[in-house]
Amino acid sequence: MIPPLPRPKRKNPVLRTRAPLLPPGPRSRAALGLTAAAALGRFELQECAACGAVQYPPREACHRCLGVELPWRRQSGEGELIAETTIHHSHDTFFRERLPWRLGMVRLDAGPTVVAHLHGGCGTAPARVLVGARLDKAGQGVLVAFPPEEVPNMADDRQLREMTCDPKYRKVLITDGKTAVGQALVRAVCAAGAELVWVGHAEPWKKLPGLEQIDAMPGVSLVPLDLTDSRAVREIAGEIGGKVDILINNAEVHRTQGIASRSGIEVARAEMDVNYFGLLRLAQEFAPAMRARAADGQSSATAWVNLLSVFALSSFPGQGTYSASKAAALSLSQTLRAEMRPAGIRVIDVFPGPLDDEWNQTLPPPKVSPEALARAIVAALRDGVEDVYPGEVAAEWFARWRENPKALERELASQS
Amino acid sequence: MTRAAADYGDVVVAAPVTVPYVRHSIRSAHHFVARALAGLLRRAGLAKSEIDGLSLASFTLAPDTAIGLTQHLGITTRWLDFLPLGGASGVVALRRALRAVQSGDAEVVACIGADTNHVDSFRQSLGSFSVFARDAVFPYGSGGPNASFAFLTSHYMQSFGARREDFAKLCVAQRQNALHYPHAMFKKPLSLEEYLNARPIAEPLRLFDCVMPCAGAEGFLVMSRGRAEALGLPYARVLSTMERHNAFAEDPIQLRGGWSLDRDRLYGSAGIAPEDVDLVQTYDDYPVMSMIQLEDLGFCAKGEAPEFVRRHSFTTDGSFPLNTCGGQLSAGQAGCAAGFLGLVESIRQLTDGNLARPVEGARFALAVGFGMITYDRGLCSAAAILARAGDGA
Repeated sequence: MIPPLPRPKRKNPVLRTRAPLLPPGPRSRAALGLTAAAALGRFELQECAACGAVQYPPREACHRCLGVELPWRRQSGEGELIAETTIHHSHDTFFRERLPWRLGMVRLDAGPTVVAHLHGGCGTAPARVLVGARLDKAGQGVLVAFPPEEVPNMADDRQLREMTCDPKYRKVLITDGKTAVGQALVRAVCAAGAELVWVGHAEPWKKLPGLEQIDAMPGVSLVPLDLTDSRAVREIAGEIGGKVDILINNAEVHRTQGIASRSGIEVARAEMDVNYFGLLRLAQEFAPAMRARAADGQSSATAWVNLLSVFALSSFPGQGTYSASKAAALSLSQTLRAEMRPAGIRVIDVFPGPLDDEWNQTLPPPKVSPEALARAIVAALRDGVEDVYPGEVAAEWFARWRENPKALERELASQS
Repeated sequence: MTRAAADYGDVVVAAPVTVPYVRHSIRSAHHFVARALAGLLRRAGLAKSEIDGLSLASFTLAPDTAIGLTQHLGITTRWLDFLPLGGASGVVALRRALRAVQSGDAEVVACIGADTNHVDSFRQSLGSFSVFARDAVFPYGSGGPNASFAFLTSHYMQSFGARREDFAKLCVAQRQNALHYPHAMFKKPLSLEEYLNARPIAEPLRLFDCVMPCAGAEGFLVMSRGRAEALGLPYARVLSTMERHNAFAEDPIQLRGGWSLDRDRLYGSAGIAPEDVDLVQTYDDYPVMSMIQLEDLGFCAKGEAPEFVRRHSFTTDGSFPLNTCGGQLSAGQAGCAAGFLGLVESIRQLTDGNLARPVEGARFALAVGFGMITYDRGLCSAAAILARAGDGA
C-alpha cells in the first residue's frame, strides 16, 4: 500500500534549505545506452546481433557468443522478483538522507538478472513485476521494478518521486497564457494537482480570448511576463523565482518563411528574440533560484520544460527561420541541462510536429492539438523523461532522423 | 574428463605471518606489505636476497602493482605475481607459487595479501571496484556488497528455511574462537541477543552479519621441504587445491559456487574425504557464504547447512572447528589479506604455531577462498586442503 502524498505544509523560512545531492552518476559509455533510452521513456537493453542474447549489465561483447554488435532493443520488462532487501545504511550521501530504500533483484523473462529500485506497490519476493527504466536525479538511466498492475497512488511512491517531476502539489510557471497551448497547459497542470500556477502574459493590456477564464481558475494567477524585456524577466524572477518548482517555457514567435520568401531580418530577429534569447533571459534569471531549491522537501524545484519543435532537429525550409530559432533553443537547452544537472533538475525538451494552429493553417493533418500537446507535457513530467516527440508527425520524423538524418533533410525539403 | 592435476611433491608452505590489523591507518598498503615481508624473513631466518619469488595481492597499492614493490622494498626476484582477487587471492597465490617452486622457476616465494584502510578509503573504493558495479549496482544506493549479500541471504533463507538464529550460531561461535586470538578486532563475546537486535544494514542483514573493513597483512612462504627442514621451519603440506571463476553464470542468483564443480577432484587428489577434515576456514564475508561453502564442499547436501549448523558447535574445542581464529567476522577484513586469513590460520594450526586455541590432534585443514562481487555474485571460488607434515597421501 502506498500512502497518498500529503499536501505539503507551508515552508518554515527559518530552517536551512537542504542542499541538493545526486546519486552516483559515473557510467561506462556502454551503460549510457540505458540512459539514452530512458531519456525517451523507453526500457532498452543490448541484444546480440549475432545470437540474440539479451545482455545486462551493459557491456562491449556478448556473454554468449562474443559478438561485438550489441544494438539496444526495447524490452517488455516482465520478470520475477526473486529477492529483495531494504537498505538501512549507505555510504552514499544522496541515499543516506533518503533511507530506508527498497531494492530488488529481478530475473527478467528475457534472461538477465537485474538489480532495480523496488516500487512500494511490488509484493514480496517471489512476485511478478514489470521493470522499466527511469532517469534518476543524476540524470542517468536506472531500473525500477513496478507492480505488474496499476496500484492506488502509484505515482506517489516515495522512491519513484525522486525520479519523476510530478506536478502534484507543485508550483508551476507557464510563460505564455495567451496561446491555445498555454491555456491547455494551465488546465492540464491544474488537473494534475498543481498547487499554484503562474501564467505569464506579455502586453497585458491586450484582452485575448480565454485569458479571463484561466485567471478565474482556483490557484491560477496571471503575471506580466515579456521574454524580450530583460528587466521585466528579472523583476518577475525576483518575485516568484524562489517558489517555482516547474517552469514551462511555451512562449514562442512562429512565422512561416524561408530565406527567399521575404527580404530583411526583422521577423527572423523577432523569432530569435523570444525563441532563443527569451529562453536565455529566463534561464539566467530563474535557473539559479531553482537550482538552490532542488532538494527543498517533498515539493522541491524539479523540472524545466522547453517547447521546441521537431524542426529543431532538421530544418523545415518552408518555416526556415523558425526552424533555425528552435535549433538555437535546442542547443541552449542542452547547456541549460548541463547546468541544471548538478542540482538534479530535469530539463525536458518537447519536439512537437506542426500544431493545429493558425500558423500551420496550410499544412495537411495530422497536426497536434493544443490539448494533446499539454497532455504529453504532463505525462513527460510524470515519467521524468528528457525528450518528448508528441504526435504522429513528430514520432515519424524523429524515427527518420535517427535512422538517416540526410534522408530526412531531403524529405523535408521536398515537402516545403 | 579433465586430466588429474599433478600433486605438489615436495613443495611445502611455512612461516605463517599476520601483521596485526588496525581499524584505520594513515599508512599506505606498501607499509603493510613491508611489515609482512619482514615478518616472513624473520620467521624463516632468511635474508632478503634469498627470496626469489613474490606474489602480492592488494586493492590499495594503486598506482603501484607488485613490480613497483620490488624496487620499493629493494628485492630482486626471478618470479613475480600480482593477484588482486580479494577473497580468493590467498588460495590462488598458493597454487601459483607451489607450481613455480615445483618447476624450479623460483626457490622461495613470499605470498602476501595486504591492504590499508583510511577513514574514507572503503567508500572511495566502491565506485571503482568494477565497471559492472559502477554501472549497475552503485547507482542503486547500497554502496558496496551489503545489498548483494542481502539478496543472497534472503533468497537462501526463503529457499532452504535458514533462520536468523542459524546465522547467529556461526557468528557467535566464531566470536568465541576469536577471544583466544590476540589479533582479532573484536575482543568481547557476542550474545545471540546482540546479534539479533543489532542495527539493520540491509534486510535481513544486520551489523554483525557484516565484516569490519580494516588495515593489515597476512603472508606465508612456499619452498621445498628440504629447504624448510634446512631452515628448521615447521611446515605444512598442500594435498590438493582448486580454483574456479564465474561458475554457474546461468543461475539467476547465487546459491552455489564453483566448489561444487571441483569438489570430487579436490578430495580425490588429496586422498581424503570431507569427514577426514579436522578444521575448516570458510570465507565468511557474510555467514550465508559459510553455509553455501559447507554445502558445496561436501559437509552436507545443498540446502542442509541450516540443519548442519544446528548440529555443531564450531568452536575450537567443540564439534566441527570452523574459522578457528574468528574468521573475518570477528578478526576483521583487511582487504586482500582476508583472502589469506584462513590459509595462514590453517598453517598455524598444522604447524603448532598457534596464536588462537589449537584444535587438538588436527591433521587436515580446509581453507576456502571466495571473492570478487563485480556485479551480483562472487565470481571466484577456491579451496586448498593442507596436511600436517607426515600426514596424508
